Amino acid sequence: MADIITLSNITKIYGTTIQTKVLHNINLSIEEGSFNSIIGSSGSGKSTFLNIMGTLDTPTNGDVIINGIRTNDMKKNDLARLRNQTLGFIFQFHHLLPEFTVLENILMPYQIYTSKPSKETLDRANELINLVGLSKVKHNLATNLSGGQQQRTAIARALINNPKIILADEPTGNLDSETTDTVYQLMREINEKYKTTFVVITHDKRIADKTDRVIEIQDGRILN
Amino acid sequence: MNFSFKIAVRFLKSSKGQTLLIVLGIAVGVSVQIFIGSLIQGLQKNLLNKTIGNSSHITVISKNQDNRISNYNQIINKITHISQDITNVSISYDSPALINLNNKNYSVLIRGLNLNTASKIYHVKEQIYEGKAPKRNSETIIGKELQKELGIKLGDELTINTNIGQEYTLKVTGFYDLKVSSLNKTWMITTLDTAQHMFGGDNTITNIEMQVKDVFAADQIADRLSNVLSSRLKVENWKSQNESLLSGLNGQSISSIIIQVFVLVSVALAIASVLAITVIQKSKQIGILKAMGITDKTASLIFLFEGLLLGIIGSILGVLFGLLLGFSFSTFVTNPDGTPIVALTFNYSFILFSVMVAIIASMFAALIPAKRSSQLNPIEVIRNG
Repeated sequence: MADIITLSNITKIYGTTIQTKVLHNINLSIEEGSFNSIIGSSGSGKSTFLNIMGTLDTPTNGDVIINGIRTNDMKKNDLARLRNQTLGFIFQFHHLLPEFTVLENILMPYQIYTSKPSKETLDRANELINLVGLSKVKHNLATNLSGGQQQRTAIARALINNPKIILADEPTGNLDSETTDTVYQLMREINEKYKTTFVVITHDKRIADKTDRVIEIQDGRILN
Repeated sequence: MNFSFKIAVRFLKSSKGQTLLIVLGIAVGVSVQIFIGSLIQGLQKNLLNKTIGNSSHITVISKNQDNRISNYNQIINKITHISQDITNVSISYDSPALINLNNKNYSVLIRGLNLNTASKIYHVKEQIYEGKAPKRNSETIIGKELQKELGIKLGDELTINTNIGQEYTLKVTGFYDLKVSSLNKTWMITTLDTAQHMFGGDNTITNIEMQVKDVFAADQIADRLSNVLSSRLKVENWKSQNESLLSGLNGQSISSIIIQVFVLVSVALAIASVLAITVIQKSKQIGILKAMGITDKTASLIFLFEGLLLGIIGSILGVLFGLLLGFSFSTFVTNPDGTPIVALTFNYSFILFSVMVAIIASMFAALIPAKRSSQLNPIEVIRNG
């Protein structure tokens, strides 16, 4: 399979007067449809790495190529559209919009560029809700959900636009081990069903071992 | 566009307390503006009505030695064709004279009027409280104060010495009260024919008087008249004769505008500060929306829409408050006889203007939060959880 993400010579330096080099010359390719995990101790630069991959952060040096497009010179609006169409994010702290219901949150990425959801989109949203097991609570406000339910809402939301890539930063970081397993099984199912590429940060070695590829980062460098 | 509007509505709905606070702030501001504006406009209208409502706004007089205008029908024809705004054109023959009673002289102004047209300006007919208007020659009516001074009754005859040295006898057929004591004291109103005959000015007049619909345009219309009319005629208008009244009115208008501007500024500051807090409160949401792919423009539109919505709702509520305030003011703050002390003027275009200004001010106030929202970097929100 072809590479869907290619990072070459990525360097990230924080600060101007006191410079902290977080990433050192990283080169990495992610194969389309693969399930990848990034592990590393806290402060190793893995979150920064993932954010750069997701165009939320910009590297000090180096190229980020997503789905064959070099993102370095893209305009902010084009980047926003790329994030909306090609990427899905799942964050550790769910990051749902508390003012909206489960269904509205899931439809949000779709509605950013299309005002009214079509029948197919609504069907897809409901299919995703069934997939993540939230049918009973789909009209609840995001605040009236358990941690696991919120995280599953975030997964469904990341999938609504049928993105090629899902980037997840410790999606199960604050969930108990049983829920963690459910969430990972779910992501794996999605990976197999929709051929979505996953890049997941985790500190759980047990989880990482089940993925296709483990990328270990230490002090801003890839170990293997 | 649609999306940011939807988000804006939901944000406003979800923090009801804050929304209510801003809406009330705008409403109070708008209502004060409408109330003060209507009050000042009512006061001015009242004052103008009392001072110049029952008088000639523009008067055409002769520059000739004898003060006479002979071809007046032609002139009136010209005047009425100049502007649609000119109303109640009325002619008169005026001349000073002396009343000789009990060996005492009283100085008066004989006004020979066409009472049918002149009444539209002076409302003389309506103001006759005893007797009736002069119809035949040598009949006259006099004012309340002059009646008291002379001590005469209906039907009495007065001897008048004209300025050309002739003596005339006029019969008093009525008494009027024009509510201005100087006029009540000096004007002797008679028919045009009588005055022309008394002063030997048959088929001539001395004044052409008229009113205009927009009293503040009187000077411009007067200018146009003097351009068209013969140079032997002089055109006077109320504005040049009432400068102190005008400057008083101006002062009132300016102070009213200053009050309104400051009310507006404080409302705008209040909106800006509450919305600025909202941006910080919603920064997590904005960050996550940006990560999901909204553009900076959409992010700022959310807050502009919030400002717009708050402005619209607040000013509609403000109009209602303002009208209510005005209504209770004119109902409960009254003279002993039940009429309002100041009859408020509700000028619809002024209300509409206040609403528009409030909405625009709200949007301006939303500019700062909108800019912040646009500049917000999603990475900061995501990194800090």
